[in-house]
Amino acid sequence: MHIPDGYLSPSTCAVLYAGAASGWYVALRRLKRVLLTRVVPLISVFAAFSFVVMMFNLPLPGGTTGHALGVTIAAIVLGPSGAILALSIALAIQALFFGDGGISTLGANCFNMAIVGSLVAYGAYRLMSARAAVGDRRRIIAAGIAGYVAVNAAALCAAMEFGIQPMLFHDASGTPLYAPYRLGVAIPAMMIGHLTFAGMAEAVISAGIVAYLQVADPALLSRSLTLSYTSLVGAAKLRPVASSTRRLWIAVAMLMLLTPLGILAAGTAWGEWSPAELARGASSRAAAVRSLRPEAPSGMQRLSHLWTAPFPAYAPAFVRSRGFGYLLSAMFGVGLLLCLSLAAQRVLERQRRRRAAA
Amino acid sequence: MSGRFLESTAMGFARAITRAMESERIARQRGLLQRLDPRVRVVGLLSLILAATLTRKIGVVAALFGVAVLLAILSRVSLLLLLRRVWLVVLAFTGVIALPAIFITPGTVMARTGALQVTEQGLRTATLLVLRVETAVSLCSLLVLCTPWAMVLQSLRALRLPREAVAMLAMTYRYVFLLVETASQMFESRRSRRVGILPGAEQRRMAARTAGVLLSKTVETSNEVYLAMQSRGFRGEVETLSSLHMTMWDYIGLLLFLLAGAFAAWIGR
Repeated sequence: MHIPDGYLSPSTCAVLYAGAASGWYVALRRLKRVLLTRVVPLISVFAAFSFVVMMFNLPLPGGTTGHALGVTIAAIVLGPSGAILALSIALAIQALFFGDGGISTLGANCFNMAIVGSLVAYGAYRLMSARAAVGDRRRIIAAGIAGYVAVNAAALCAAMEFGIQPMLFHDASGTPLYAPYRLGVAIPAMMIGHLTFAGMAEAVISAGIVAYLQVADPALLSRSLTLSYTSLVGAAKLRPVASSTRRLWIAVAMLMLLTPLGILAAGTAWGEWSPAELARGASSRAAAVRSLRPEAPSGMQRLSHLWTAPFPAYAPAFVRSRGFGYLLSAMFGVGLLLCLSLAAQRVLERQRRRRAAA
Repeated sequence: MSGRFLESTAMGFARAITRAMESERIARQRGLLQRLDPRVRVVGLLSLILAATLTRKIGVVAALFGVAVLLAILSRVSLLLLLRRVWLVVLAFTGVIALPAIFITPGTVMARTGALQVTEQGLRTATLLVLRVETAVSLCSLLVLCTPWAMVLQSLRALRLPREAVAMLAMTYRYVFLLVETASQMFESRRSRRVGILPGAEQRRMAARTAGVLLSKTVETSNEVYLAMQSRGFRGEVETLSSLHMTMWDYIGLLLFLLAGAFAAWIGR
């Protein structure tokens, strides 16, 4: 899954570097809230551990062998932020020192394995092991499944990155300039190996280590290490939540102001055509679909009248300017979601109080 | 079968240590790249890698591959080593991936044998991919082989990578070898006590237990490192030694690298 240099275009690499950098930034900020002096040796030595685990040549059922990523156990023991940094550092050492995985593609590799892998592994493990005691067998199964899912999610990301290359980067004669296979070929080719061997290797090592820790070192499973250190430092050191909420509101406002940018894009969104747009071939893709089938499917025509939106195509009837219509729709949508979330919060709060009183 | 897991993993550890030692030996030789400031090496070779990924013409990628070979010769890096460690490995791995593209990429048919047809576009894309990966990996290997790890870190810091990230990279590198050695000893002791053939499930259990023990040792080591850092007065500020200074030849080298990269990207666009 380590993508070498040359398989992805420089612009794809740049986008994935940006994606990975935002993950590193968030993870580092979260850990800095804990205690930097404690985190530096922990993440460093754990990165070395991840590096060594990646070298294990695991025997798999069926007589074959495979290499694990070690992302799941990192996410379980360190929490997602710690795992993102530890795996990224291990991948950087592999690329910079051992030449395994490219330098231009380091962002892509970190995005796929360290960020997507860690988040999926942590989410899946927490979901499946919720309220399970440290020694519960469910934790072993949860770790195994989380490992399997995480590796396959990371592989799917890599396959999609490969698959979009020939669509976006080809010369005038149609020659693909980077990874040559489209999504239809890249995804099955990549996933077959990961759904069988690589996913199984990660499942075996994750489940096995959790089973071992349940007996030998259960403290490592009770709470993620970075969270444990948070409690040591105390709540006073933590950044006030209000500032992050303010930043969130600023970001939401900015996004709302930017919504009219969608008007600049030429054509219509792929696959979102109305029967009328499909009939007149509103975009080249829609025209291509129309050439295969001149009329809109009857089911589409019938179901399209089932619900009439109050703001069709993000443009309320009483507003003339399209840009203002977009802005108004964004404000209405955000306001609606806010009301729903406040109502849900209120119901939950009432339930919690009732339970506390009982 | 039973021993294969223990032996192959132990061999992998030994190979990693041998490679690291070999890299350090090459990095100490007096070749062209070794004489340049490490920052020039990092920026220069990265600009050539970028040019190799930007270019759309096979001829330009081939020329950049020629530059990589020339740099290897001038830096006293054995071509046999590159052949064994890079070129054959990339050819086998990327070649297998690129081969079907020759037949399934739609385009102008050049030859046909039965159900298989070779298209001009397919042949070009496969050649471009293999050559591009060979060139980029060769340049990356030259950087790795000709620059001691400490200098790579100094260069990364000079290129404004955060101090914390550089400190973690340095510490990780240090503890990779410690943990590789620990894991290697664990496998060795297990091998010396093994008699007969272990079933697959037992091998898997053993691998997971070894990794589990290694994890406990990792957490223990991190605690010890933390205490050692605390006792030496570490308060979160990371300082790196910087003894780098650029000479006139370094500036000329940097200019040549950047010009070569820009020229290749321009004519290969």
